[in-house]
Amino acid sequence: MDKKLPVWVRAQDNYAGKVELEHDVDIPTWIVDSSVSKELLSDLYREEKFDMLLDLCGVDYPGREKRFDVVYHLYSFSTGKRLRVKVPVSEDRCEVDSVVDIWKAADWFEREAYDMFGIKFKGHPALRRILTHEGFVGHPLRKDYDPGKRWQLEEDKIYKPVFLNLPPEEDSMFERMTINIGPSHPAMHGTFRLMAVLEGEVIVDSDVEIGYLHRCFEKMAETHPWQQVVPYTDRLNYCSAFINNVAYCKTVEDMLGLELPPKAIWGRMVLMELSRIMDHCVCNGTTLVDVGALTNFWYFFEIREEIYSLLTKCFGSRLTVAGCRIGGFQHDLPPDFIDLCKHLLEIIPPLIEDIDKLVTHNRIWLDRSVGISAISGKEAINWGWTGPCLRASGVQFDLRKNEPYYWYDKVDFDIPVFYGGDVYDRYRVRMAEIKESLKIVRQLVEQGIPDGPYAVDDYHVMLPPKDMVYNQMESMIYHFKLIFEGMRVPPGERYGYLEGANGELGFYIVSDGSPNPYRIKVRPPCFPIFSTFSRLIRNQTVADAIITLGGLNIIAGELER
Amino acid sequence: MNEILEALVKYAAILAFMLGVVAPVMVWVERRGMALIQDRRGPNRVGPFGLLQPLADAFKFIFKEEIIPAQADKVLYLAAPALALVPALTTFTVVPFGPTFNYAGKEIKLVVIDSDIGALMFLALAGLGVYSLICAGYGSYNKYSLLGSLRASAQLISYELSMGFAILAILVSTASFNLLDVIDYQNSMWNIVYQPLGFLVFLVTAFAETNRVPFDLPESESELVAGFNTEYGAMKFALFFMGEYVNMTTLSLLLAVLYLGGWQLYPGWTPPEGIVGAIIGVLITLAKVIFMMWLFVWVRFTLPRFRYDQLMKLGWKVLLPLSITNLVIVTILVNKGIL
Repeated sequence: MDKKLPVWVRAQDNYAGKVELEHDVDIPTWIVDSSVSKELLSDLYREEKFDMLLDLCGVDYPGREKRFDVVYHLYSFSTGKRLRVKVPVSEDRCEVDSVVDIWKAADWFEREAYDMFGIKFKGHPALRRILTHEGFVGHPLRKDYDPGKRWQLEEDKIYKPVFLNLPPEEDSMFERMTINIGPSHPAMHGTFRLMAVLEGEVIVDSDVEIGYLHRCFEKMAETHPWQQVVPYTDRLNYCSAFINNVAYCKTVEDMLGLELPPKAIWGRMVLMELSRIMDHCVCNGTTLVDVGALTNFWYFFEIREEIYSLLTKCFGSRLTVAGCRIGGFQHDLPPDFIDLCKHLLEIIPPLIEDIDKLVTHNRIWLDRSVGISAISGKEAINWGWTGPCLRASGVQFDLRKNEPYYWYDKVDFDIPVFYGGDVYDRYRVRMAEIKESLKIVRQLVEQGIPDGPYAVDDYHVMLPPKDMVYNQMESMIYHFKLIFEGMRVPPGERYGYLEGANGELGFYIVSDGSPNPYRIKVRPPCFPIFSTFSRLIRNQTVADAIITLGGLNIIAGELER
Repeated sequence: MNEILEALVKYAAILAFMLGVVAPVMVWVERRGMALIQDRRGPNRVGPFGLLQPLADAFKFIFKEEIIPAQADKVLYLAAPALALVPALTTFTVVPFGPTFNYAGKEIKLVVIDSDIGALMFLALAGLGVYSLICAGYGSYNKYSLLGSLRASAQLISYELSMGFAILAILVSTASFNLLDVIDYQNSMWNIVYQPLGFLVFLVTAFAETNRVPFDLPESESELVAGFNTEYGAMKFALFFMGEYVNMTTLSLLLAVLYLGGWQLYPGWTPPEGIVGAIIGVLITLAKVIFMMWLFVWVRFTLPRFRYDQLMKLGWKVLLPLSITNLVIVTILVNKGIL
């Protein structure tokens, strides 16, 4: 390939007639014939340095001749470009080539697409269901699948693990034991099942099963109006529910072309950073509990508790705040918002300092975490890692800096990066990020709440104020339309993303102009991270596996949706 | 006959004290202490300051349903909790807890069995505790229990060795196996000053012997659910629990006797003769024991726990050489007439 020509021109030359460019979309989108998809994707990986597969999902268009789209979202760390590749396949030849050997991240994403749409991936090492159980019949995200349908899980259909990488037994002096950790186990932070083959206490191979908390958020979203999807997003990463709200609302707002008032942006940024602090507190706190350091957990949770009281003042609830609405907030921020923030800024730093003194340099904690489950930045990218875990492996990648949204380019903060890639550095990145988030909140608080409305005054999106509804004909009509029909989003698609507490939180949303979303695909940051888990814990002890899981911050709600 | 009766009375008194006062009060201290350290309230509903909470817990334990896993080895499974408590309560008999006094023309020693091989008996009895863990792990038919009990037995065996060496160094300098002599010997200066290394080794092994953080691997709740006692509930669980606290008390008492001069307020000051002096002596010992037990609680809520291989490494590669070094140094010093 000639390096000087633009990517698109070269692709056209090489794959004449097999690749098309789609117009009027948010990021460059290619429609590729399934016969050349693998070849083209591996070209993109090798020649164009699209080194990360961010997301892979299916979309169902029952009316089309080629019914399904397999959608790949790629990202290049060297150029910072994004690319969407769509591979349409028909129902009777529902098959594309697997890209697992290019991006390891594709492993679970392809299994998910298979599970949800029945799209087969040729060459995938173990293509089986991932989110639904083994006895499930049909593919739930197909448009012709009835959302009310239920299946009973039968005992004999329960998945029996297959250990793919088991070394021969004669090498070992121990008798092997298979142990089942989870789904109800105190260290499984939710509902994961890890089946491990042990030699002594060392895990020689393991298999992870997820899906115990799967509730098909994406199908539910398709059956609800746009605005009503917001509370469902709370249940994704419930440790930092507000960030999910923003990620969803922001994507839809961008599709609508809305310009948020400054107060909404300001409030969202403050609350997002506080949510990030909460998320990191939960993650580090529970990791430390897993090594028996209980006290830090309570210190961390005190921070969380204080932030909860702020959230309660704002939205009336603690965990699942449903804080945002498409177009801003539902209510105005409470009048003492600034004071509450100042109070938080006063009490959080001493607590963090206490924890630092208690464990950060504690010899036992260092012995337990340094060098455990280490992964290099390059490998982490191949597995699709983002967020604090990737930054612990020495890759400086944070969407708040790399592709600033809202006012993140106007505030001063650093991106902490550590180079060990191990449990300790994941812990340290989070500790440092708590301090950076505090810095952002402090700057915003010093700036003061901007005046003006807390939501857009576009009454196609937000309900008009009550006195207008009662007194004006038009507002009354808007109110009626919004309540009975819901808002309409212009047809099109968008991949919206922002820096969640755990990494890149993406929402790939397709709209067909109807009152409900046509398709919502969440890119949960911990999904690709958790797919690496078996690889990370190989040849480590059970105790290491437990703290690795804690340090990765796997949230079941987000992982399994 | 009289001697046996006397021993039985003393033992009954100790038993009542340990089970009725020490174990519940320690549970309370631990929970309230934990709350104090962790910036919480702790149990404060039952009785003044939640003091009756242990009583409520005991009632709860007694009235809970007894569940025995279907495939468990019934004999071993049921024997294990008893095997945990009995040695714990027996070790206490050889450790003196107050000065000797005369009452009605009779010399009364505040130790159940005043044996000339007291220290040896302690080690022998303490070693029995491991059987309960093995029985529990093997008998419950649970992989987590099994892993926990394997860890426990390996841990106890490795740490008992260092503990034995640390005690041996004391016995060498005292030239007696009788623990009363050990206290008399400390009249000039406490052993903690003479043998700081030995004290340190003993302290660490004491934590390991009682399966407390940072050595609580046999029951590390995050990895092994609850380790060897995963399948135990109701009173059977409570027996394990009580065994742990009694062990803690015994070891704290032993620390006080071996290194902190027993009932001496400061080196050389022994309580006056007579029954009043004996009571003062017991109180002084108790104060030391309470301090050591608070140390157990304090450490538990400050430190994380080791990994299994690190724990074994610490035991065999650090503590054992240290305890042997200590023994060699003490032997040489005694030989030269310095100690």
